[in-house]
Amino acid sequence: MSVTAGMTEPSYLEFKGKYKGIFSWIFSTDHKRIALLYLFSILSLFAIGATLGLLMKFELIAPGKTIMDAKAYNAFFTLHGIIMIFAVVIPGLPAVFGNFMLPILIGAKDVAFPRLNLFSWYLYVAGVLLVVIAQFTGDQAPDTGWTFYAPYSFRTAGNMLPAVFGAFVLGFSSILTGLNFLVTIHRMRAPGMTWLKMPLFPWTLYATAWIQLLATPIVGITLLMIVAERLFNIGFFDPTLGGDPVLYQHLFWTYSHPAVYIMILPAMGAISEIIPTFARKIIFGYKFMVASSLLIAFVGYFVWGHHMFTANMSGQALYVFSLLTFLVAIPSAIKVFNWISTMYKASIDLQTPFFWAMAFILVFMIGGFSGLILGSLAADVHLHDTHFVVAHFHFIVFGGTGFSFFAAMHHWYPKITGKMYDTAWANTGLTVLFIGFITLYLPMFYMGVKGMPRRYFDYDEVFHASNIISSMGSWVLYAGLLITVINLFISLKRGKQAPANPWGGSTLEWTIPSPPPVENFEETPIITKGPYSYN
Amino acid sequence: MEEHRDDLASKTGMWLFLFTEMLLFGGLFIVYSVYRYINADAFHLAAHELSVPIGTINTIILLISSATIAMSITAIQKENKKLSLLLLTITVLLGLTFLVNKYFEWGHHIKEGIYPGSSALSLRGHGDVLFYGLYYFMTGLHALHIIIGLIFIGFIARMIIHDKITSDNHVLLENSGLYWHLVDLIWIFLFPLFYLIT
Amino acid sequence: MEHDKGHIIPYRTLLFVVTGLIMLTLISVAVTKIHLGTLTVFTALLIAAIKSAFVLMIFMHLKFETRFFKIMVLAVIAVIGVVIFITLLDYLYR
Repeated sequence: MSVTAGMTEPSYLEFKGKYKGIFSWIFSTDHKRIALLYLFSILSLFAIGATLGLLMKFELIAPGKTIMDAKAYNAFFTLHGIIMIFAVVIPGLPAVFGNFMLPILIGAKDVAFPRLNLFSWYLYVAGVLLVVIAQFTGDQAPDTGWTFYAPYSFRTAGNMLPAVFGAFVLGFSSILTGLNFLVTIHRMRAPGMTWLKMPLFPWTLYATAWIQLLATPIVGITLLMIVAERLFNIGFFDPTLGGDPVLYQHLFWTYSHPAVYIMILPAMGAISEIIPTFARKIIFGYKFMVASSLLIAFVGYFVWGHHMFTANMSGQALYVFSLLTFLVAIPSAIKVFNWISTMYKASIDLQTPFFWAMAFILVFMIGGFSGLILGSLAADVHLHDTHFVVAHFHFIVFGGTGFSFFAAMHHWYPKITGKMYDTAWANTGLTVLFIGFITLYLPMFYMGVKGMPRRYFDYDEVFHASNIISSMGSWVLYAGLLITVINLFISLKRGKQAPANPWGGSTLEWTIPSPPPVENFEETPIITKGPYSYN
Repeated sequence: MEEHRDDLASKTGMWLFLFTEMLLFGGLFIVYSVYRYINADAFHLAAHELSVPIGTINTIILLISSATIAMSITAIQKENKKLSLLLLTITVLLGLTFLVNKYFEWGHHIKEGIYPGSSALSLRGHGDVLFYGLYYFMTGLHALHIIIGLIFIGFIARMIIHDKITSDNHVLLENSGLYWHLVDLIWIFLFPLFYLIT
Repeated sequence: MEHDKGHIIPYRTLLFVVTGLIMLTLISVAVTKIHLGTLTVFTALLIAAIKSAFVLMIFMHLKFETRFFKIMVLAVIAVIGVVIFITLLDYLYR
């Protein structure tokens, strides 16, 4: 395990390739550099999305118009949704940490198709640009919400075409990343790494990649149909021409529900790496963890209808979708049990990534349980399209994926940058962010139960008090985000040199120098033991 | 940087891409099944207006072109470069013939005023609007795939001429073949669903 | 890595298969002339399924690939089938 720095080949950060300056990044096919390209694009977009959210919460601090009118608010939540869903949380963990860590975790030099990997990032940037263009051209910014529901999406004066096409391009980028990962995992595992000796983060990426591959085309074609509808007036989803808008919802959610698992599975995978590392124990129930990842991906594909319980579906469809929704909670619960069991009687090293992982488990469980409430048919009729739903999916998407993203960030930061961050500030950031998160989203459950609808810039006076608490929470949350991110940036300069294995991890990434050399491994590792073998 | 080559990885990647294509058209087949279920009679009648002979000829053209590209792989494996190129040329010509037929077919309908958003079509029932909407969208997307396939095969032919594809390095030719067969496969289903449901 | 030439399919097999496919096409056109009622669509799709099985197995070499490819192709087709089935659960009983 001893690695002598300086004697080995240069790290991927120092490596001098064919190109200089910025071109050494945007023309690089090194999976580690591409991961950082994604990281910076995603963080910038996250900053924009979070700021939009902050402004929306400010608008909601009092009934009536505070800082923006209805039209602006509609445009804000649309852009917030498109950016956060399609450009931040869907690519978040796979494209950043998956790209960086997948080849290293399976003992490979790179992904299977490095140039395709770079091309995926180009597509990602192109998709984002299209969405941005939609905001600043045309008469009116898109105002349909990120779901582009028909028939409004082809009737609104909003500038939908570039936004819809942008989402299509982002989807294509996601497909190619998934394809790349699947081939990488199938073909490039180090000698001796059998399927059941593979760490759990690659396993979740594997399950995720299948969803990316098999679900994204459905939304791709659906968005193309919306484009065709706007251009040629075909009538697929236009009730005046015989089309059925509910069919649009079917197709949209056939992708967009599995998309939730694209967001959450790699998040679970990162947590499954962090907990054994800091508990110094082998993960409890490895095979169950693997099976539950695959089950979530599989069952998750067939539960889309629970977004449409109030859309006048047939009773038979309602029962099936509700049943499947409850079933998909089982593998998720298995994961939580196994994380907790891993920590049982462990001598835990209390470090920042571990705290993030704990915060993740807590908010993920709240999010998950509120999801079960929404999955029950009768309750959903009352709660559909209220702030309860907003709270639920922010607990899952921000609390689940977002927290896991930051957990992974603090876990692998020393490996990626070669620097240690300031632990005291990192913990402060987490504490502030966590308090803000709870203050912001918990009142929304209450507002939802009381009947406050989502997606309105105005509300009834009875919701005023809880909205004030919630809006104040958003300021604390934002402050927590700033502390966390600024700390990581400052540590790039001021941080101490990171050792190869600062956390005492046992997976492959900790056996190579920090930051890793260009080709990752000097010699291809030969795997004899399963992951997380601490004894 | 071509230090090692993994043909199986390349082929696996192509198959996975084909899966996404299958799902892409799969989404359209969902739309088709739903609207056909709702408008069974109108679909039934509207299908009468499509020309079965042209559809049959186009089907046979695509099937033959699939066979020729498959034989072109056999030819390159047997190190018969000329035959392989000849078979690829035939494949491309057949693909173009398919497109020309399609062009006349579409042109015929458009001349009759049957196209999405036309007043003649909107005077007819909802079932007809949806049938022709799906017809234009699905065959149009399929034709787009044919065009992409032809360009793909064109590049492959160039690589064969320059000996970049040889008997022991022909995975790209195989991949172009896979793509072309998929286009054929989709047509195998489009043909009965639009022409033969009378 | 794998630089072997792989399995070579004889020209004869390919010609044989394409002839069969053309025959099946003609049969499926001929069948529509006979009035089978609701069975018409069924037979047309059945013949299409047989044709695509030939294309997949022979033209696309699936017969000579590893089990992984075969299973995945079947799985993808099954996924499309199940999605259509569940969607129709809504429309059939509405």
